[in-house]
Amino acid sequence: MVNDLDVRELEDAARRLRVEVLKMLNMAKSGHTGGSLSAIDVLTALYFHKMRHDPSNPAWPERDRFVLSKGHAAPALYACLAKAGYFPTEDLKTLRRLGSHLQGHPDMRKTPGVEVCTGSLGQGLSQSVGLALAARVAGRRSRTYCLLGDGEVQEGQVWEAAMAAAHYGLDNLCALLDWNGLQIDGEVDNVMKVAPLAPKFLGFGWQVLEVDGHDMQAICRALDESEQTGGRPTMIIARTVKGKGVPFFEHKASYHGVPPSDDELGRALEHLGHS
Amino acid sequence: MIATRDAYGKTLVELGRQDPRIAVLDADLSGSTKTALFRNEFPERFFNAGIAEANMVGMAAGLAAGGMIPFASTFAVFASGRAFEQIRQSLAYPRLNAKIVATHGGITVGEDGGSHQSVEDLAIMRALPNMTVLCPADGPETAAAVRAIAAYDGPVYMRLGRAKVPVVMPEDVAFTIGRANLLRPGTDLTFMTTGLMTAQALEAARILEEEGVSARVLHLGSIKPLDVDAVLRAARETGAVVTAEEHSVIGGLGGAVCEVLAEGHPVPVERVGLRDVFGQSGTADELLRHYGLTPAHLVEAAERILKRK
Repeated sequence: MVNDLDVRELEDAARRLRVEVLKMLNMAKSGHTGGSLSAIDVLTALYFHKMRHDPSNPAWPERDRFVLSKGHAAPALYACLAKAGYFPTEDLKTLRRLGSHLQGHPDMRKTPGVEVCTGSLGQGLSQSVGLALAARVAGRRSRTYCLLGDGEVQEGQVWEAAMAAAHYGLDNLCALLDWNGLQIDGEVDNVMKVAPLAPKFLGFGWQVLEVDGHDMQAICRALDESEQTGGRPTMIIARTVKGKGVPFFEHKASYHGVPPSDDELGRALEHLGHS
Repeated sequence: MIATRDAYGKTLVELGRQDPRIAVLDADLSGSTKTALFRNEFPERFFNAGIAEANMVGMAAGLAAGGMIPFASTFAVFASGRAFEQIRQSLAYPRLNAKIVATHGGITVGEDGGSHQSVEDLAIMRALPNMTVLCPADGPETAAAVRAIAAYDGPVYMRLGRAKVPVVMPEDVAFTIGRANLLRPGTDLTFMTTGLMTAQALEAARILEEEGVSARVLHLGSIKPLDVDAVLRAARETGAVVTAEEHSVIGGLGGAVCEVLAEGHPVPVERVGLRDVFGQSGTADELLRHYGLTPAHLVEAAERILKRK
């Protein structure tokens, strides 16, 4: 359970992480702003409230695993890993540069703390099923967390994996869905409707929890609840806002794959109380 | 005579007894791929993905990332085709320690027809960075290759067949990834072969011997990495090469050999294989004859190339 102080600290951490995300995207001059900002609260709750992990020993066998299936939100993941201590915050300035360990999409062979390679959408949940099965076979109490995008669930492989997770009764697997309603070509509802999502995952045999993906207390509660599912995997559907935290980015599909300009960065940081 | 898939299934069980990290996945074809033998003994380490090859490969990636050594099997046409991008992104790109063992490669699948006969899988898999591509000749070599890839840390694509094939290797044959196997000496030309075409080439070499032609047979069970030294040496010493594979002549063994020879020691080459066509229904033997993959066809190819020397 989370007390109010923890929640306030997490909220403050998420605000600072938004600043890091915007700064690194501005320096990289390319990358995905909107989906990084919609996911950052959920990531903050995972890395600084829920997961058992040890940045000084990224290979600790008993650690919980996180898979960023929507790999284009890599800046949000990198900001969390740096804050947790997997590598110096200074490294964030090298995002997407030649020779950097911070690739455009997450790479387990380059970045400490990254568990698998993602970025080609639809593959992370399958990998998470495998990680959860490996933990079960080895008798580890590690849990596996996986963050999906809403456009991403248009990929058929996600549903193959959803079937498998329920079939194998993976109660050590918790997926989260960043339902910001937008994808590159526009509104998810117009491009290829995925709603309703909760009944779909319920029908596939998952426990489904729905939360406001920017309400830190609600996210933490849902994550705690995901540990008591009685033989079922959990899907936490997080209602989010693309570009959350920077008013002129919010609800805009046009900021899916566009970094903030110098001017936008200045105004965004001002808004986030960081100057 | 033994099908390579049978040797695979038996060796998996043996490995499972030795190493608790061995896990096996299948996509509803465990009776055909012979992974059912492993399932019967180690049900807690066997995962049927159902008819969902993409997810099967993703699960294999997760199992590998979680410290297991997964072997994932289905027919070659589905492994290399349906699940290609999962193999690329989830296995090869991160260089994960997972093995794709694809059975029912090539036209000897037979009656199921061209939809189920993979003639392009070796080319597809060979193009992937980090990927090792193997195609053993017979049962004993398959058993040795399965043990070798279990001991090797990295992604592997191994192609096996449905049909029973002659045993051409000794029972205790060794298999080293990247190493060719010289099965018959010869000085006039070299057959460079993989999979079941190695047995065909050995028969062709015997026929040629009666005609006074000395044909070398170099088996290339490891298509990638290719044994470049052995290929170049054979080209230098015999001056003519006939490649033979149960696969398209584009991009597989014939392609790999030509790349090496063009850069290292150009000699006349004849590529025996499918001439950029799909297969069709028929018995395995009928199809081998129809598509020109018999010892008689190899003899003809040898006679053609000797005129080009």
